[in-house]
Amino acid sequence: MKYLIKNGRCIDPANKFDAVADLLLSDGKIENIGKKIPSPKGAQTVDAQGMIVAPGFVDMHVHLRTPGREDVETLESGSRAALKGGYTSVLMMPNTDPAVDTPEMACGLKEQAHKESAVHAYVSGAVTKGRQGAQLTDIAGLKAAGALAVTDDGCCVADDGIFRKALRESARAGLLLIDHCEDAKISGKGVMNESFMSTKLGMRGMPRQAEYDMVRRDIEYARGLDAPVHIAHVSCKESCDLIRKAKKAGVRVTAEAAPHHFTLTDEACANYDTRTKMNPPLRADYDVKAVKEALADGTLDAIATDHAPHGLHDKYVEFDAASFGVIGLETALSISVMELVNKGVLDWPRLIELLSSAPAKILGIPAGTLSKGAPADVTVLDPKAELMYTAENVASRSKNSPFIDWKLTGLAMEVFVSGKRLVSGGQLV
Amino acid sequence: MNWNRKDLIGLEYLSAAEIEHILATTDSFKQVTTRSIKKVPTLRGKTVANLFFEPSTRTSASFELAAKRLSCDVLTLNIATSSVKKGETLVDTARNIEAMEVDTLIVRHGAAGAPAMLSRAVKACVINAGDGWHEHPTQGLLDMYTLRSRLGGIKGLRVSIIGDIAHSRVARSNIWGLTKLGAQVTVCAPPVLLPVGIEKFGVKITTDLDEAIAGADAINVLRMQFERDCAQAFPSRTEYFRKYGITQERLQKAKHDIVVMHPGPMNRGIEMSSEVADGPNSVILEQVTNGVAVRMAVIYLTATAREASL
Repeated sequence: MKYLIKNGRCIDPANKFDAVADLLLSDGKIENIGKKIPSPKGAQTVDAQGMIVAPGFVDMHVHLRTPGREDVETLESGSRAALKGGYTSVLMMPNTDPAVDTPEMACGLKEQAHKESAVHAYVSGAVTKGRQGAQLTDIAGLKAAGALAVTDDGCCVADDGIFRKALRESARAGLLLIDHCEDAKISGKGVMNESFMSTKLGMRGMPRQAEYDMVRRDIEYARGLDAPVHIAHVSCKESCDLIRKAKKAGVRVTAEAAPHHFTLTDEACANYDTRTKMNPPLRADYDVKAVKEALADGTLDAIATDHAPHGLHDKYVEFDAASFGVIGLETALSISVMELVNKGVLDWPRLIELLSSAPAKILGIPAGTLSKGAPADVTVLDPKAELMYTAENVASRSKNSPFIDWKLTGLAMEVFVSGKRLVSGGQLV
Repeated sequence: MNWNRKDLIGLEYLSAAEIEHILATTDSFKQVTTRSIKKVPTLRGKTVANLFFEPSTRTSASFELAAKRLSCDVLTLNIATSSVKKGETLVDTARNIEAMEVDTLIVRHGAAGAPAMLSRAVKACVINAGDGWHEHPTQGLLDMYTLRSRLGGIKGLRVSIIGDIAHSRVARSNIWGLTKLGAQVTVCAPPVLLPVGIEKFGVKITTDLDEAIAGADAINVLRMQFERDCAQAFPSRTEYFRKYGITQERLQKAKHDIVVMHPGPMNRGIEMSSEVADGPNSVILEQVTNGVAVRMAVIYLTATAREASL
C-alpha cells in the first residue's frame, strides 16, 4: 500500500528538515519527501494541512508487564496505548515477573513482541540476575539475543563494584546501560518527595539527594571508564546540573525525563491520590522548571514516559501501600505540547527530536527519521486538536494516570508503522 | 455557625470558625459529662464503629465512651490482627462494616491519608482518630479545649510544642488548630526531629528547650517513640532527658502558671519528670477528661451534618 501525506509541516530533526511538504510511503518505506509529489496510482492520500508530520515516536522507557502481569498490560494493549500516543517504537523494561535476565528470555520475548505488539517493541535485559544487584547477567548474550539495553530499572544498581563491572561489560558488548538512579539508603521507605508537602501530609519523604548522589556516581564511573551510561527518569534540578556539566566535559552520558516530572509538582499529592505516586516522585516547582530547561538546552536527550501500568487493586489502597508508577504513553505528546511548546519552553523541531530522533539514536534503532528509504514509521499530529482524557478512553489496560480528566491539546491523528496505517482520524484502526 | 461536614479528617481543612464551633459545642457536652448521669439520648439508634488498625487504649476508650454517652451503639474493632492479614483492602473492610448500617466510622490507621481515602469511599461519617504522622484532629481539639478552659482563650497565647515533631500527628494538628485560632506556636526539638519544611507552617523553631519554655503560656510535650522512629535519631534516652526533658528545675525559668500538657502515653523520666507530670502545672488528666466531651461534640456534629444531607 502507498500513502501520500500531503501538505503537512514535515519535521525531520535528523536531517534538519522543517518545511511544508508531501511525504510518500511505499512498501513499508519512506519513498519520497518533497514539494508537490504527484500521487502515484493507487496511493491513498492523507490530507495533513495544518498538521505536523513527524517520524514515529520512540519511547525508550515503558513497562508492558509481560511476562507476569498481563492482567494490567499486555503487549497488545500496551502497543495500542503507544499507537494512540503517536509512538511506533518502545523499549520494554525488564522488571517483569520473572525478570528478563537471560538471552533465552530476551529472545522469547522479542519473538512474542513481534507477534503481539502493534508497534516495534524492543527488549531490554536486566543488569543483574533477578535484578537482585548481586551477580551480572550474560550481557553479551543479551545483546546477541537482540536486547537494546541492560537495566535493573525499578531498582538502582546500588553496589559500586557491580555497577562498575556492569558498565565495563556493557560498554565492551556495545549495549547501553540504563540506570535508575536512587540510593535506597537515602530514600528508604519514602513514598513521595521529601518536602513541606510530605511533612504536611505526614508521609515519608524521598530526598532528591537519593537521586542526584547516584547520578553523580554514574557520571564519575562513566568518566573513569569512558563508557556510555543513560540516566532514566531525571526528576530534580541537581541531576540536571550534574548531567549538563558532565556533558560539557565530554562524559558519555545521556538522559531522559518523563512528562509528569516536567508538569506536576508534589502539590499534586495533596489528596493522597495514588495516581500521583511514582518513583522518582513528583518534585518541587524549581525541579519542574529545571527539567524543562534541561530538555530545551540539550542536557536531557529524550522524553520517555516510564509508562507503568498498575491495576486498581494495586492503586486503590492507602498511599503508603500503593504501587509506584503511572501510565503515560497516551498523554506524553499532549502534555509535551501543552507544557513545552505552547508555553514557549522549546520549539516544534526540538520536541520532535526529543520524542523521536534522539531516543532512536541513543538506542541505535532504524527509526526517528523521515529520510528516503527509512522504515515508514510516521506520526501525523494535530497540534490544536483537543480531547477530554477520561478513564473510559484509555487504551491501556490500566487507568493509573494523573492526567485523567485533563483537557489535552495536541493529538496523534495518523500513525503509520512500517507503512501500515494503524491510527486514522485519531482513532485506532 | 452551620456545621456541614460529615467527616473530620484534619484541622488543616477547617476554618477558625469551624474549630470555634466544635469547642463551643464541646462546652455543652462537657457539662453533661460532669453530671452524675452522664448520658444523653441525642444519637440514640445511631451506630458507631471504632476501626483501630493501630493499637490504642486511651483514644479508643475515649471515643467509645463519647459515643456511648450520646446513646450510640458502639462496636470497637482492633483490626491489626483480623481481616487485613487475610488480604482484604482497607476500603473493603470499611465498606463491609458500613454495609451493616453503621453511621460513623472512627478510624485510626498507620498510613497517612487512610481516613481521607475512606471518607471518599463510604457514605458514613469518617472521623480521623490518628493517621500515620499526618493528623490527630480530636487530640488537637482537646488540647485547645483544655487551654481555652485554663487560660480563657487561644488567641495571642504562646504555646510551645516540644519533642518529636517529625513523627507526630499530634504536633501537626496542634500547629494547624492553634495557628488558625491566633496562637503563637513554637516548635522545639533536636534538629533530626524537625521535619523538612516546618518553617512554612508559620511557627517559630528552636532547638533550645529553655528558649521554648521562656515566656510560654503553655507547653505541649510529645511522646518520644524510641521503639520506633527515634531509634536512629537520638543517642540515648538519658541524653534526650538531659537536653529536652521537662523538669521542675527547667520550669523555674518559666511563667509560674505555665500549663503543661502531654497527649500520652507518657514516658516518665524521658519526656518529663514525675514531679512535673504530677505537679500543679500539669493538666494531663484534664486533657483526658476533656477528650471525651470533645469527641462527643465531633461525633454529634458530623452525624447531624450527614443526617441533614441524606
